[in-house]
Amino acid sequence: MSKPDAEIVAGDPDQPEDASPALAGQRAVEAATLALVLAFALLMAWDNWRTGITWESTGPKAGYFPFYLSLILAGACIFGLAREFLTRAVPSGPFVTRNQFKRVMQVFVPTLLYVLVMQWLGLYVASFLLIAGFMAFVGRIKPWISLTTALVFSVSMFVTFEVAFDVIMPKGPLERLLGY
Amino acid sequence: MMVGLTLGIFVGVLPGLGGPNGVAILLPLTFTMDPTSAIVMLSCIYWGALFGGAITSILFNIPGEAWSVATTFDGYPMAQQGKAAEALTAAFTSSFIGSLVAVLLITFLAPLIADFALKFGPPEFFSVYFLTFCSFVGLGREEKHKTIISMALGLIIAGIGMDTVSGTLRMTFGSNELLRGVNFLVAVIGLFGISEILLTMEERLALRGHAARISLRVVLKVWKDLPKYWVTLLRSSAIGCWLGITPGGAIAASFMSYNLAKRFSKDKDSFGKGRIEGVFAPETAAHASGTSALLPMLALGIPGSGTAAILLGGLMVWGLNPGPLLFVEHKDFVWGLIASMYLGNIVGLVMVLTTVPFFAAVLRVPFAAIAPMIVVSCAIGAFAIQNAMFDIWLMLLFGVVGYVFKKISIPLAPLTLAMVLGSRAEDSFRLSMIGANGDLKVFWSNGLVGSITTLALVLLFWPLIGRALQRVSRR
Repeated sequence: MSKPDAEIVAGDPDQPEDASPALAGQRAVEAATLALVLAFALLMAWDNWRTGITWESTGPKAGYFPFYLSLILAGACIFGLAREFLTRAVPSGPFVTRNQFKRVMQVFVPTLLYVLVMQWLGLYVASFLLIAGFMAFVGRIKPWISLTTALVFSVSMFVTFEVAFDVIMPKGPLERLLGY
Repeated sequence: MMVGLTLGIFVGVLPGLGGPNGVAILLPLTFTMDPTSAIVMLSCIYWGALFGGAITSILFNIPGEAWSVATTFDGYPMAQQGKAAEALTAAFTSSFIGSLVAVLLITFLAPLIADFALKFGPPEFFSVYFLTFCSFVGLGREEKHKTIISMALGLIIAGIGMDTVSGTLRMTFGSNELLRGVNFLVAVIGLFGISEILLTMEERLALRGHAARISLRVVLKVWKDLPKYWVTLLRSSAIGCWLGITPGGAIAASFMSYNLAKRFSKDKDSFGKGRIEGVFAPETAAHASGTSALLPMLALGIPGSGTAAILLGGLMVWGLNPGPLLFVEHKDFVWGLIASMYLGNIVGLVMVLTTVPFFAAVLRVPFAAIAPMIVVSCAIGAFAIQNAMFDIWLMLLFGVVGYVFKKISIPLAPLTLAMVLGSRAEDSFRLSMIGANGDLKVFWSNGLVGSITTLALVLLFWPLIGRALQRVSRR
């Protein structure tokens, strides 16, 4: 094989442009995350203090370990926050640009809807809607391809888990109609 | 086994899925099998993912896995020069050699270590867990406070629910859903699966690469040259095994071995321009390390990598408790697993060599079709573990956490490790306290436990100690 082989090319209908305004800076997100984790640590510390953090004759009580871990966690967060505000050691690039964020939301919002819809329609119908909808609207793939792919995938999942392996998934009205 | 391998290579080729995610998502499929065939399937998914990562690195210059990044340095230039087939053969062969060395190591070393560890009591076990945690903090490449945040968070989350020693509820805030605790696998599916989809979506998805077909002639030609590179292969295997057992990981191993191969080479400049050793070195090391990460998991119940941690989670689902007792109580299971490692490797090698064109074509499938399917698989996986809708919400939450943490470079491996080992570490600590009437000196009560504990403390403060030593030696 001396001459270069054939190429494989896959397109991306709407790729993010490089030049897009940053939506949030790396430093800001890092600070916010550390603050959130710090709040979580303090909440946990308080709850464990309530459970009991003292040392009995047989060793520590149930809250002992998590309490001190919360303190360590809080300490590490404070250290990180302090370093961020006192020094310039944290890189200050963009965390996410506007176009990138839009694309992330394109996946995240459907996923959130998917989980919500699942409560009423069951997992398989919701999966069908997610795959078909995502392919057609986000991927801009021809509707019939999207619908077929989604149908084949959902049905094969149903056969694999429900019929072959007996793994029970949340089901909705459609499955009940079919007698499952 | 074939199914496992196929799925694994598939997972390795797809950019949005890696070894840990693949194993985590496919785990529920195996719940209804008997443990031995289930673990064989899971480990085959793991081998497949290891093999598959190389395909995209060489043909498309896109590493399917973080540990194949070093393979792109020389693999892609080779493909550009029309030597894609040679590069792929080299990658697969060296992967095979790397894991073979590691499996041999496991076969001979694991029973010995397990035998030794049978004498361990709670204090010894706690000191070993402590050593694992400390070495992550001390030796990790990430910023220390971020490693500590990740680890402490994992340990706290592991503690949610009912306390196993006293039966007290803690950190549940009156919620019935939290009574069960946060399942480790649910967290993993979110942290790795969902967050990876979000991350992949952010990047450009268009790709352009080379197609390749491997002919028998090329394979034989590469294999004939193999003995010439025995030093590189041996060195890379050793690096891989060492970093696999200690929590260094496949990623570090592949880079280190690439750099060493370059340093020891007479012709340094040709690296990065399509040199076959540049493919041999990182691939051998990555696979040796990926495989040998299973050694401490089997023998001590301590996973050496993220994927090993998930396999360990799987073992616990079937009621098998990894650790030294596994070798005594479930002999056939352990040896079945080890046998499957040999077989899986050989079959995997043959499979990837023959099916490369097919798997490269998988990349033509648009991401918009693959992404929702992965989301669905993640949801099925998360739900199946405990049959709880709450777990799907948790998975979503962990997905967001994983996305943000990855972007601000808080490592996720310590969190995973801490979640698996958290409750066991706490149990062994409290059991040793009960045994010793609350006297901390029990961790220095004999030579063995004392030296492990001391070593752990040294590793924890290694960055400080190292700096002090440097200062002294400079004088």
